[in-house]
Amino acid sequence: MSAESGLSRRHFLTVATSVVGGAGVVFAAVPFVASFKPSARAQALGAPVEVDISKLDAGSMLRVKWRGQPVWVLRRTPAMIDNIDAMISELRDPDSDKSQQPPYCKNHFRSIKPEVLVVIGSCTHLGCAPIERFETAPPDLGPNWRGGFYCPCHGSRFDLAARVFKGVPAPTNLRIPPHRYVGDNLLLIGEDKGVSA
Amino acid sequence: MNAARADAVAPAGRFARFIAWVDARFPLTKLIREHATEYYAAKNFNVWYVFGVLAIVVLGIQLITGIWLTMSYKPAATDAFASVEYIMRDVNWGWLIRYMHSTGASAFFIVVYLHMFRGMMYGSYKPPRELLWIIGMLIYLALMAEAFFGYLLPWGQMSYWGAQVIVSLFGAIPAIGDSLVEWIRGDYFISDITLNRFFALHVVAVPLALVLLVVVHIMALHETGSLNPDGIEIKEHKGPDGIPLDGIPFHPYYTAKDLVAIVVFLVFFSLVVFFAPEMGGYFLEHANFEPANMLKTPEHIAPVWYFTPFYAILRAVPSKGLGALLMLLAIVALFLLPWLDRCKVKSIRYRGWIYKLALAAFAISFVALGYLGLQPATEKVFVYAARVFTAIYFAFFVFMPIYTRYEKTKPVPERVVYHAE
Repeated sequence: MSAESGLSRRHFLTVATSVVGGAGVVFAAVPFVASFKPSARAQALGAPVEVDISKLDAGSMLRVKWRGQPVWVLRRTPAMIDNIDAMISELRDPDSDKSQQPPYCKNHFRSIKPEVLVVIGSCTHLGCAPIERFETAPPDLGPNWRGGFYCPCHGSRFDLAARVFKGVPAPTNLRIPPHRYVGDNLLLIGEDKGVSA
Repeated sequence: MNAARADAVAPAGRFARFIAWVDARFPLTKLIREHATEYYAAKNFNVWYVFGVLAIVVLGIQLITGIWLTMSYKPAATDAFASVEYIMRDVNWGWLIRYMHSTGASAFFIVVYLHMFRGMMYGSYKPPRELLWIIGMLIYLALMAEAFFGYLLPWGQMSYWGAQVIVSLFGAIPAIGDSLVEWIRGDYFISDITLNRFFALHVVAVPLALVLLVVVHIMALHETGSLNPDGIEIKEHKGPDGIPLDGIPFHPYYTAKDLVAIVVFLVFFSLVVFFAPEMGGYFLEHANFEPANMLKTPEHIAPVWYFTPFYAILRAVPSKGLGALLMLLAIVALFLLPWLDRCKVKSIRYRGWIYKLALAAFAISFVALGYLGLQPATEKVFVYAARVFTAIYFAFFVFMPIYTRYEKTKPVPERVVYHAE
């Protein structure tokens, strides 16, 4: 064997060893990189929540917890649906232009079905929990009030589509979580595969 | 004893014989000579040249106090906040160790920012010190990562929501953003899992990288040699003994000088630790005295002061993605400094008015952005001001290849200017 071919053979072996070793390093890195992903426990705790709303009466509200956040499910009455825009002139963002909802909920009801509102019950000001005030014109909220949510901490107001009023501390509408219907009365909160806008 | 060594001339004392024994097995004397007693630095260093040493001192403080804090801290969402309170109230001297650590974090950034500014004034990043500058920038990046991970650990409101804001920035990356955020958190929100991994990164991974990078930084520095306020290479004028004419040994000359700087620094450091550890909410933010609550957003989320210049740049842009990109570029630009600056003259002493003006504008915009990043985003005036200063910040870098090429410089002296009595 000549010195030259010996050198190229050595060069080949060096490159081959480096490539094989490099591939080994890449494969060995896989478990370490993948270990950073949410663990099985985290996945189980963060899984979408299934909610049966068949027993939810019109005008009443259900509270569920999803990923540590309170989620409200409200079944609106026909009167609520008809009056959804009753206070529209007082709203800051009536068309929900600020993205606080999945695209399929960017309508005046901010919901998939007009009668069912799914919303994260945490005030967009400082995260207090607003309370439901569905009555019309109560003394403390004034004669124009047609039902909605009121935050007791700093007085932020939201209508029945969880849209924020003008002149209150909360800057944006309440957030709508991703959700979809798996049955007529079965909601899946936290997942929206296959829901079109 | 290894008597075969030619230079080991019959050591007299017991200690000298011990050193000779070591030297035959480990290059102790060689290292001390190369890096201290026979490492020649220019004799005209001014006060700007103490911040590198001070950064090492602060690193030492952070390592020691950090190790002590881990002995009482619990990296779990349910225990973290209470364990910090425990350190503050029940652990012997725990309050002092924690205040040293929290003050050390801010002190680290103060000395590093001054150290970097020194480099920009005297051209320390210019050839042949480009790599030295880049290694230094990597240290700065590691330092930012270290500060960010550490800030989550007390599990206060600002820890939580600050981490929330910064982590969600990665969500701005197209396509992979959301899964990347999930990968960083290891959960669907900042949780116990996130806290636990940030703890691992803060106490093991990043400090290791930091210490290694500091060693590499010093090795690179001692290869090229330290520059000086005149921006002259002292190696170009050597005496017959091969020693730079304008050089003096690092030890004992600069070790003695640095000792003075260390004492002065420790005076100020102690004043803060003992009399103003919170520094009016700038070193320890007031909102962080409340435990993390994922259902309650603080009224005004602001990072600690050392991140606010970049936070102001982020907020100056109406689009989240573009803002995050600009924030990244603000740091990348610093990496490119050695190649953006076309001026042959290193030190600001002999550079033209245009660079002096540009550097002043840059420094002012950096400080102004730092101030604006602390202010609430609701004030329109602050947002517009942040845009102006962001523009100045980037103009400094973008136009640098042009204004430094046509810069009118003064003649650079052959030898360093030194006015000793």
